[in-house]
Amino acid sequence: MAAKMLDVSDAPWVRADSLVVAHRLRLWYSVKKGIFSKPIYVKAVDGVSLSVARGETLAVVGESGSGKTTLGRTLIRLLRPTGGDLIFDGRDVASSDESELRRWFRRRVSIVFQDPYSSLHPYHSIGFILEEPLIIHGVPKGERMERVYKALEEVKLTPPEDFVNKYPHMLSGGQRQRVAIARATILNPDFIVADEPVSMLDVSVRVEILTLLKEVQKRYNVAFLYITHDISTAKYFSDNIAIMYAGKLVEYGPFRSVVKEPAHPYTQALIEAIPDPDPKNRLRPRKVAPGEPPNLANPPSGCRFHPRCPFAMDKCRKEEPPMVEVRPGVYTACWLYK
Amino acid sequence: MALLDVRNLRLYYQTTKGILKALDGVSFELEEGETLAVVGETGSGKSTLAKAITRVWERNVSLVDGEVYFEGEEVLHMPEDRFRREIRWRKIAMVPQASMNALNPVITIGEQMIEPLVLSGVPKGEALRLAQDSLESVGLPRDVVARYPHQLSGGMKQRVVIAMAVMTRPKLLILDEPTSALDVMTQANIMNLLKELKARLKLTYIFITHDLALASELADSVAVMYAGKLAEIGSSEDMYGAPAHPYTQGLMASMPTLRTDKQLAYIPGEVPSLIDPPRGCRFHPRCPYFAKDKALKGLCDDMEPPAFELKPWTGRRHLAACWLYK
Repeated sequence: MAAKMLDVSDAPWVRADSLVVAHRLRLWYSVKKGIFSKPIYVKAVDGVSLSVARGETLAVVGESGSGKTTLGRTLIRLLRPTGGDLIFDGRDVASSDESELRRWFRRRVSIVFQDPYSSLHPYHSIGFILEEPLIIHGVPKGERMERVYKALEEVKLTPPEDFVNKYPHMLSGGQRQRVAIARATILNPDFIVADEPVSMLDVSVRVEILTLLKEVQKRYNVAFLYITHDISTAKYFSDNIAIMYAGKLVEYGPFRSVVKEPAHPYTQALIEAIPDPDPKNRLRPRKVAPGEPPNLANPPSGCRFHPRCPFAMDKCRKEEPPMVEVRPGVYTACWLYK
Repeated sequence: MALLDVRNLRLYYQTTKGILKALDGVSFELEEGETLAVVGETGSGKSTLAKAITRVWERNVSLVDGEVYFEGEEVLHMPEDRFRREIRWRKIAMVPQASMNALNPVITIGEQMIEPLVLSGVPKGEALRLAQDSLESVGLPRDVVARYPHQLSGGMKQRVVIAMAVMTRPKLLILDEPTSALDVMTQANIMNLLKELKARLKLTYIFITHDLALASELADSVAVMYAGKLAEIGSSEDMYGAPAHPYTQGLMASMPTLRTDKQLAYIPGEVPSLIDPPRGCRFHPRCPYFAKDKALKGLCDDMEPPAFELKPWTGRRHLAACWLYK
């Protein structure tokens, strides 16, 4: 298949030569209420454009129901996009079928799930959990065990012979998540989606796991998509940040610049919601957006954030704001900047 | 007189592998109107502390010992019947961990809210009005009483369980990880609600969490627990400004912060087993001071440190159970 270069001039924050490029990506779930009724579409990802380069981390931040998990799963083709383009390493994977994906794509992408208590099979030993992807992708038998041991050492589960025969229930949450990371990296993938990898863990263990992910990235020059609702953990890991709200991108830019000076009212509220350890916090209420994210089957007209936005104007209720550049490299979809 | 005075509280569980010392000699005082945040990792005994104070421990408990004084009266060993009638829920209420998922899916919110009141003899109409008032006070519409749990979002369900806890106007409210399953924005909204309720209803809180940053949202004082023991306790200003115990220092260093830059560090190793905890100070196998300083050998790994008093910056006594401060 010939390398395909997309025209992404309508989304200037996307670099078309990156490892992963999504352009106006759309994933609508169809829900049927009855056999003869018209399907309703839940617009979980609705025209999202982004790119992730090798060795780089893009943080995708949003509340639950913002479509960030669906986006992550679509990028590694666990889901088939219902519209838009998806390019991996110069090749179109948006509409490839499973047999084609299995030939080259599957071994080059992987995922770390949120909950290490349910993402590891309770009846499989750690050794088998790590060996299984090697079996599926045809690694010769003689090589497998050596790679399993090496993977365990890389995630600091040492000595590895103590762990290969253990079962997930014998490990702590942090140790399980390391097994999940070892499983995700054992085929040396180029792109890893980390879907809230630390949100189920104790705060004191989070740093350890994040440090580990960073090491993996350095060693293998992996591209990461780091999905989270907590910007403070993304800070130690991410180069760029994409804020999602109700299936849409609302802000995109270099991490530090966006966090220091958030442009979109939603980004501002997200950042305001995160406490830093400071005893003065108890003396003041936080200025956060009230309410909940909208129903994606029937999102609000115009800007989807307008019902919760403190700056909502008439225009916001009627017209959808386009992404505009507010500072070099920082793009936002908000009528305040037009 | 302190509202709550806990003295040498111990709670052990009988397990197939031996006696699990979930709570092993915890003492602290809590003044009326104060908020105490209890912080610790999984398995530090912080939820067990909540269960011990409300006396809702599991069946496999093998030992409950110590004293708990509430408004000057010992309540830990008072007859269960009297505790149920006079103390639990009327004076000490709790929002248990993940309780929003424990709402009965086939009964309306109103029915589940008024059940305890009706059982204790309040007429149904009166109880329903109390429930509606309570829902309103946590920022929910009054008609939520007619709805079922699946019709509510996570944040709304969390508000319902808080409404249930404050319905009887308790003095002390124990909150066990009340926001752990919620999004950051919903979490911030719930924290705002807790701040407002505290001022309006003059509540005293025990706020249990593993997140020191979140604890600072409410806490007047902070207690750090490690392996069933209190490692350090003091006012928020002391605890965040000058943490004394090496474990507290490690926890602070591992907190990601958004607005300030700092080098993150983590505490190596795992929380010890509570069935066979390390001898001496339970933190010594992970303690950086013990690893560095030869003079501490034979002390930290042999003798349990008592709580040493440090010079406080503000009113509350600052205590740290660490041999560095002897």
